Amino acid sequence: MPYMIYDNSFEGFLTTVFECYAQKIVPIDICRERDFQEVLFAEKMNIPSDEQKADRVWKALRMKLHTRNNELPFLAFLSEEDGIEMKLYRFMKRVFESSYSIETDFGDRDVLDLKKIERQVMRETMRILQFVRFQKTKDGLFFSPIEPRYNVLPFTIKHFKNRFADQPWLIYDIKRDYGIYYNLKKTEEVVLTEKGFDGRNGKIKSEILEESETTYQVLWKNYFDNINIKERKNLKLQRQHMPQRFWKFLPEKAPV
Amino acid sequence: MNEKVQEKLKILADAAKYDVSCASSGNNRSNVNGGIGNAVACGICHSFTDDGRCISLLKILMTNHCIYDCAYCINRKSNDRPRATFTVQEIVDLTIGFYRRNYIEGLFLSSGVIKNPDYTMERLMLVTKKLRKEKRYNGYIHLKAIPGASPELIRAAGLYADRLSVNIEIPTEQQLKHLAPEKDYKGVIQPMNQIAEGIQVYKEERKKFRRTPVFTPAGQSTQLIVGASPESDRQILLLSSNFYHEQQLKRVYFSGYLPVNDYDKRLPALKAPPLVRENRLYQSDWLMRFYHYRADEILTPEQPFLDLDIDPKLAYAIRNLHLFPVDINKADYEMILRVPGIGVQSAKMIVDARRFRKLNTYHLKKIGVVLKRAQYFITANELPSALRHWEPERLRSHIIYESHTKNRKPGDTQLSLFAFTPPHQTPALQVHYKN
Repeated sequence: MPYMIYDNSFEGFLTTVFECYAQKIVPIDICRERDFQEVLFAEKMNIPSDEQKADRVWKALRMKLHTRNNELPFLAFLSEEDGIEMKLYRFMKRVFESSYSIETDFGDRDVLDLKKIERQVMRETMRILQFVRFQKTKDGLFFSPIEPRYNVLPFTIKHFKNRFADQPWLIYDIKRDYGIYYNLKKTEEVVLTEKGFDGRNGKIKSEILEESETTYQVLWKNYFDNINIKERKNLKLQRQHMPQRFWKFLPEKAPV
Repeated sequence: MNEKVQEKLKILADAAKYDVSCASSGNNRSNVNGGIGNAVACGICHSFTDDGRCISLLKILMTNHCIYDCAYCINRKSNDRPRATFTVQEIVDLTIGFYRRNYIEGLFLSSGVIKNPDYTMERLMLVTKKLRKEKRYNGYIHLKAIPGASPELIRAAGLYADRLSVNIEIPTEQQLKHLAPEKDYKGVIQPMNQIAEGIQVYKEERKKFRRTPVFTPAGQSTQLIVGASPESDRQILLLSSNFYHEQQLKRVYFSGYLPVNDYDKRLPALKAPPLVRENRLYQSDWLMRFYHYRADEILTPEQPFLDLDIDPKLAYAIRNLHLFPVDINKADYEMILRVPGIGVQSAKMIVDARRFRKLNTYHLKKIGVVLKRAQYFITANELPSALRHWEPERLRSHIIYESHTKNRKPGDTQLSLFAFTPPHQTPALQVHYKN
């Protein structure tokens, strides 16, 4: 009964699951290297991630799961919640061992929790689609900063690529310091070494901002203020739908 | 883009805000030949105003000049207000500019009637045509069909727009005559029928020919003003149920009447918009669309108005106590859906989960059922806690009382003049212990 420690990645986690099966280990807990707290008397194992082993587990899992739930383990993993690994481990174990599908057994705490966590992560993905606000630079690039709670930027690529097919854009995750860049042909992951924007609210420096950009932002703020019906004021509802943590990136909400 | 456009946008957004509809859902238009934009079937809300309503579309009027003088409308001819008109090019530039910055999901274009309905409709149609053909724009477009416009123009608009809507505003013909003498009921219903028919024809032809031009793929919607005229909730619900079945409408919106023209003696004097009533109507609308209720189940002829203290689903359950309690582990989906406190999502999860084990209230709570309301109406594989013989009237007041105590503060003891008195509590069972 050891503590299993893996290298923060999903691949590492899958390798750990593989090793549990291969070496017939029942883990006490599966921990990220980053979050692991030393223990004195228990056994611990460091698992280096192995692409092949991870791949085998992932393929087997996808074969067992309904197409609807194909991404469920990965999405739940992205939440980085405490104890998510053991929940996933127990869930995968049940999936592998039962002869019928157990994905809708919501009487089981693990299945229900994973479903709920998956929903949460999906909601965060949706929020990126909602609250990305592009600013146009002088060279025609549309840039948007964003700070999602979970690392879900990759899930939004398809949407933005389909929608803004005729404009180059860059969506940058400030918290995790990487972004997705689209150059009219394909998308790629980029890391900016020299940042042309304010690190706090993602505002592009005025030297490289296109002239009409501020006009549009003022127009939008103008529209935002005038479409509101004052007699029906309901700030709580507003915050519920549009969490305050996104406000600093929104031209209609950011302080001028 | 200059000062003039800023000013116009201010006036015309302000004039359009009383249109409730802002949905961008119902269609999966894809981006063709590297143009700009697409539509997502679930719809995306991009911002939320201080009143908590979503901004999904750029909702503006083309002009707020109008030849009509409808009593309930802020843009009526006799009102002294700043007026403005957008040119086609201005609307197109605004839409594309906002869309490229991901501010909006598409365009919602309505208009006051200038010159005549045909002239107005043609201008609206031109905007959509320009967006689709010149700008290769594939985002969402919601267009108002102007009552009285010629069928050819409405047909042409439907070929470019995703959704068309005709606002009926006042639920009955008689009241419409009273409040908007220039409009007639037939003029409103006729385009609605035409659009419904057009969609039907498209669906049939699509089965035979793949290249049939798409006609209003996201369907049509309409809007009713609540509280401006004396119609009962039952009349309103029956009417909207009719729209859903006869004209295959996607949505019927309700707009609580805001006293915008308080000088007009034909309208009721209200201090605040009837927000609770509007909310109850929307809840009933949801019951019809997602919970398989019929309009005449929600409101009976004896009870023409919705109960403002409790939601319509709870009211239905209390009126029909003979249908309950429902056994969570055995009842069919339809019946589980009728339990107050269980929504569509929970009901589906219950039906899925009970194949594996018998569910009890602990499971239900974890799944997300609101037991506070559901407990009076279910049995779940254990001894019932709150189930006993309830008189409908007493159960109603009991539930209201319970829901109030949640928000009561410790020092909040002063009685108000019309305060609700808590129902009589049955004394706890006497238990005798043997020494």
